[in-house]
Amino acid sequence: MSATDLAVEVQDLRHRYGEREALKGVSFAVGRGEIFGLLGPNGGGKTTLFRILSTLMIPTSGRAVVLGSVLDQAPSQGTLHAIRKAIGVVFQAFSLDKKLTVRENLMHQGHLYGLSGSALRGRIHEMLERFRLSDRASDRVGTLSGGLCRRVELAKGLLHRPSLLLMDEPATGLDPGARHDLWEYLQALRKQDSVTVLMTTHLLEEAERCDRIGILSRGEMVALDSPEALKARIGGDVLSIESPAPEQLAAAIREKLGAEVQVMDGSIRLERPEAHRFVPTLIESFSGQISAVTVGRPTLEDVFIQLTGHRFWDEDAAGGERASAGVEKR
Amino acid sequence: MNLALASYTLWWREQVRFFRQGSRVFGAFVQPLMFWALFGSGLRASFHAPVGGGRIGYLEYFFPGTVVMILLFTAIFSTISVIEDRREGFLQGVLVAPVPRSAVVLGKVMGGTTLAVLQGTLLLALSPLVGIHLTAISFSEAVALQMLVAFALTALSFCIAWRIESTQGFHAIMTLFLMPLWLLSGAFFPAKGVPGWLGFLMQINPLTYSVAAMRRILYPGDIQQATDLPPLGASLAVTLAFALAAFTVASLLARRRGKDGR
Repeated sequence: MSATDLAVEVQDLRHRYGEREALKGVSFAVGRGEIFGLLGPNGGGKTTLFRILSTLMIPTSGRAVVLGSVLDQAPSQGTLHAIRKAIGVVFQAFSLDKKLTVRENLMHQGHLYGLSGSALRGRIHEMLERFRLSDRASDRVGTLSGGLCRRVELAKGLLHRPSLLLMDEPATGLDPGARHDLWEYLQALRKQDSVTVLMTTHLLEEAERCDRIGILSRGEMVALDSPEALKARIGGDVLSIESPAPEQLAAAIREKLGAEVQVMDGSIRLERPEAHRFVPTLIESFSGQISAVTVGRPTLEDVFIQLTGHRFWDEDAAGGERASAGVEKR
Repeated sequence: MNLALASYTLWWREQVRFFRQGSRVFGAFVQPLMFWALFGSGLRASFHAPVGGGRIGYLEYFFPGTVVMILLFTAIFSTISVIEDRREGFLQGVLVAPVPRSAVVLGKVMGGTTLAVLQGTLLLALSPLVGIHLTAISFSEAVALQMLVAFALTALSFCIAWRIESTQGFHAIMTLFLMPLWLLSGAFFPAKGVPGWLGFLMQINPLTYSVAAMRRILYPGDIQQATDLPPLGASLAVTLAFALAAFTVASLLARRRGKDGR
């Protein structure tokens, strides 16, 4: 890819909060029209990277080129202005005014981006239609559900037709139906308006749907590829064993067969090339202790385990529910 | 163009939010009025103004100060929303928009100024009750002065709110800094006869000049009222300088980013 085909190019970006190094020299590039996911547990550095790319924060060192403008340690006002005009930002924490109606929030946003009059009204109408918000336009945002707020937030971020959409955990608070809609909409945006999308997520199933993902763990980019290519690196299958007594069985498997196993959510997992050949051995050795065996293709979680040596959720003890932006603010 | 539109929309939001919160309307107007009625009536017997030849009662003496107090209270209430906006996430949406920080500050400060002047003017309309009779000209002058003073106080309050994380923290600063600023402005008691150190504090307090200007406008040509007060020209000049300085500092603060970018 040549430089002009890139929407974002990050070069050896570092950021520290006092003693803590949140980004330890991250480099990657996102092509125009790509849907790129930054995957990682909370505290992995995603939000820091997101805040730098959205011009809210100055990196300690390194630089990021966003749509041709260079964000370094001393970006000019002109640079910031150029980037801000061209990006749409959807925050994880709602940036809506709860006291204002949906339409008033969009009016306010439009004015900040220099839109007014009938042009602005037209855009607002279009966004309300697109996100099926027309019948709620006069409702105060404070009375809307989380899913509806997310849709207003998206409408707000896209109102000025940005060419790069930055989204921080966009699926937060969306039910499966709304998530499906979000993805359909992102695909359409990319196709019709060739918008580039860069999103952060700690949800593996969201990351699966991106064109490419970068996995951030403890401030480092540990992998960068398409989800398929990453999974292909495992080079084997994943066996999932259901048992009434998973811990005991796991210990027994380790002991007798010398296999690396993990117990998660009451089932035992192990990775093995040609796993189906291993199934008869398992059943024979531990008959009576196994209620079901599944052989599956590796997931992104398996990729994460292989790359970092620990489970995805270990870094993020409380899991997805705690997905607040507060984690990296300290 | 873009700049004016951005300031306008932030100003407009302040107005809408204010009028949708009944308790704020009530608090910002009724509290100073209550202070005025209670202090004014309570201190009437013990207060003998060293100005105005002792003719002037405390309710009347306290009136110009109450106008300035309403401006201060409204300035405080409207800039507290900066802290809420930051905490609730609204502000980050504004900060990533292609709008100069000075336009953001201007919109916010003008928003607070408008609300303050609206309330101050309501109180001014009550001035005949204490025997201050304003002409159309002096009333207009007083409203114009209110704009300047409210702008200065809102910008000053903005400077404080910008770097503070919690409304509790803001209340602490308010009690330790903003209230004394008002108490020592000649609004509550005159500078005449106070100990030297207090007189010095009052002399370097820019709000002293704003209150003095208000007194001089409310009593045009009344020499007795105005004894010991700085002249009108100087008072206006100091108030103007105060407003410009507060706005400049607010804009500079808003341009500087914290290490966490918020």
